[in-house]
Amino acid sequence: MSPPGATALIAEDEPLLAMSLQAELAILWPELRVLAQVGHGEAAVAQALALRPDLVFLDIRMPGLGGIEAAQAIGEDWPDDQNLPLLVFVTAYDQYALQAFEHAAIDYVLKPVRPDRLAKTCARLQAVLAARDAAHAPDSIESALGQLRSLLAATGIAAPATPPLTVIQASVGATIHMVPIADVLYFEASDKYIRVMTAAREYLIRISLRQLLAQLDPRIYWQIHRGTVVRSDAVAAALRDESGRVQLKLRERPELLSVSRLYAHLFKPM
Amino acid sequence: MIPPPKPAKTPMLLRAVRIVGFAVLFGIALSVVRQQNLWYSILYSVCIGLICWVCIDFGRLALARVLAKNAGGTQDTEWPGWPWMIVVVVLGSIIGYSTGTILGDWLTGERSSNLLSAGSLRESLSLLLFALVPAIVVTYFFYSRGALAERESVAEAAQRQAAESRLKLLEAQLEPHMLFNTLANLRVLIALDPARAQTMLDQLIAFLRATLGASRVAGHSLRAEFDRLADYLALVQVRMADRLTVNFALPEALADVQVPPLLLQPLVENCVKHGLEAAIAGGRIEIAAAREGNELLLRVRDTGVGLVGASPNGESVGEGGEASGEHAAARFGLAQVRERLATLYGTRASLSLGAAPDAEGGTLAVVRLPLAKQ
Repeated sequence: MSPPGATALIAEDEPLLAMSLQAELAILWPELRVLAQVGHGEAAVAQALALRPDLVFLDIRMPGLGGIEAAQAIGEDWPDDQNLPLLVFVTAYDQYALQAFEHAAIDYVLKPVRPDRLAKTCARLQAVLAARDAAHAPDSIESALGQLRSLLAATGIAAPATPPLTVIQASVGATIHMVPIADVLYFEASDKYIRVMTAAREYLIRISLRQLLAQLDPRIYWQIHRGTVVRSDAVAAALRDESGRVQLKLRERPELLSVSRLYAHLFKPM
Repeated sequence: MIPPPKPAKTPMLLRAVRIVGFAVLFGIALSVVRQQNLWYSILYSVCIGLICWVCIDFGRLALARVLAKNAGGTQDTEWPGWPWMIVVVVLGSIIGYSTGTILGDWLTGERSSNLLSAGSLRESLSLLLFALVPAIVVTYFFYSRGALAERESVAEAAQRQAAESRLKLLEAQLEPHMLFNTLANLRVLIALDPARAQTMLDQLIAFLRATLGASRVAGHSLRAEFDRLADYLALVQVRMADRLTVNFALPEALADVQVPPLLLQPLVENCVKHGLEAAIAGGRIEIAAAREGNELLLRVRDTGVGLVGASPNGESVGEGGEASGEHAAARFGLAQVRERLATLYGTRASLSLGAAPDAEGGTLAVVRLPLAKQ
């Protein structure tokens, strides 16, 4: 019944739980090969891209990147010519995330993992993989991306709303610069910081992009990549190349900004 | 936070209906006492009553707003206070009686004696009394009803707040994410290593017992406090394995000092949740007690990712700099510790939180408690 040679990646930061999930899978789905087991989000992204598994089991709360952010990164960087891996989220307790999974029709498993529940998930995954192999459906990537998009949208909505920021307070040495939010052309995440780019210069703030996004007006500030948020009226043009990749030209800065495939649909003629 | 008390707001229309009802009764009573035409008596009474009410009630609101505005918004915007209110009632009654009588005359075509047209001052005053007494009674009636409702709503809000904070406290202490992850690990260990599973279960039981009982015990020894923290951290250690190291430093001389139960628990939990679980390499938690003069110093530090909102060059902008609701739980934990300290020790105890001062980074929380005099 199950497609031969299906492969999986397990991302779970608690070693005992990772081991147990692998053991349960070995019983329920003996043909499934677990290619690797990783303990944090960054490793999950790197290993997924390197090993190209059919399935990725992602713990929601992991050090570094969480499961949902890792899924976003995998979706953005996955090669165009291959089917996206099927995602299964694993969580102990997270009401917001569960709502988001239901909303996006994405599989999830609750910890402690119950074998009967996991068996159902496996059966569903096997059916999807079999259908995908048989059909070679060209739209399967687009539908997987759509699922991811609605997951990201749903987790964004679930975050508690805070009043929009009006100034960015950025410290440079001992001085705190008050940068009016209207001066900011785009935000770019880099390591632990976010670079705040205005026409004239850049500032660093130490906050996560997710936290920042919760305080930006989504009608004005558009996320265009997992690490980039742009002020929509600072964009002069969106350029689409032969491979379908979109880049943005800004009015007041020379550099081009890349739009990930998850957000390319935002730039369409009216 | 308890919302500022508001007087009960009877809708205007309902109040007007009550006034009319009251005026009708008053008119009937007056017609019996003074042997007057019943319908006329009721008509005059309603005219006077309604105008009195409009003058007094709107006068009260307008005056209260003006006073509150001048006082910089710290005052009640619905009730100006009795001294002003007496002025409003007297003026309202005079205006109400005069214009009400004129209105009644106009409606009936009669000519009755008015305050101004009355023969003598004595007569004017006695006429005024007819309006003034019911006006005072009615004002007092509405006032006491409002005050009663206000007291009720304050008590209700306080009760609701207490229940909410108990619930939040319990939810924070029995953090579901931690609990379910612990149970998931326990489930694995039962098959894998029954002896270790038993130890873990014992630690979970001790932790749950201490958590659920913490609100009922006034204090326990510092040794017991450290033991409970050790139970909790042992549970975390099963989950985090070698990503977590723990150091306890409790000088023997301080082991029997009494402290509020699980005072440090929220601080240690913050270290785990916001400091170390988020760090890929994990880190270390140090919990230490020391004596400084007449004070007990309790330090909880981690070598995790540090405070969110700290600036790139390392100085902390404090917990107020935290950017979103994500750390609301951490803030709640800190607020809870501060609140307990304030309740038990007033200003003699404190909690400070900042970036750990050495190169290893992370956060350091320091609790200072007064030591009982020997």
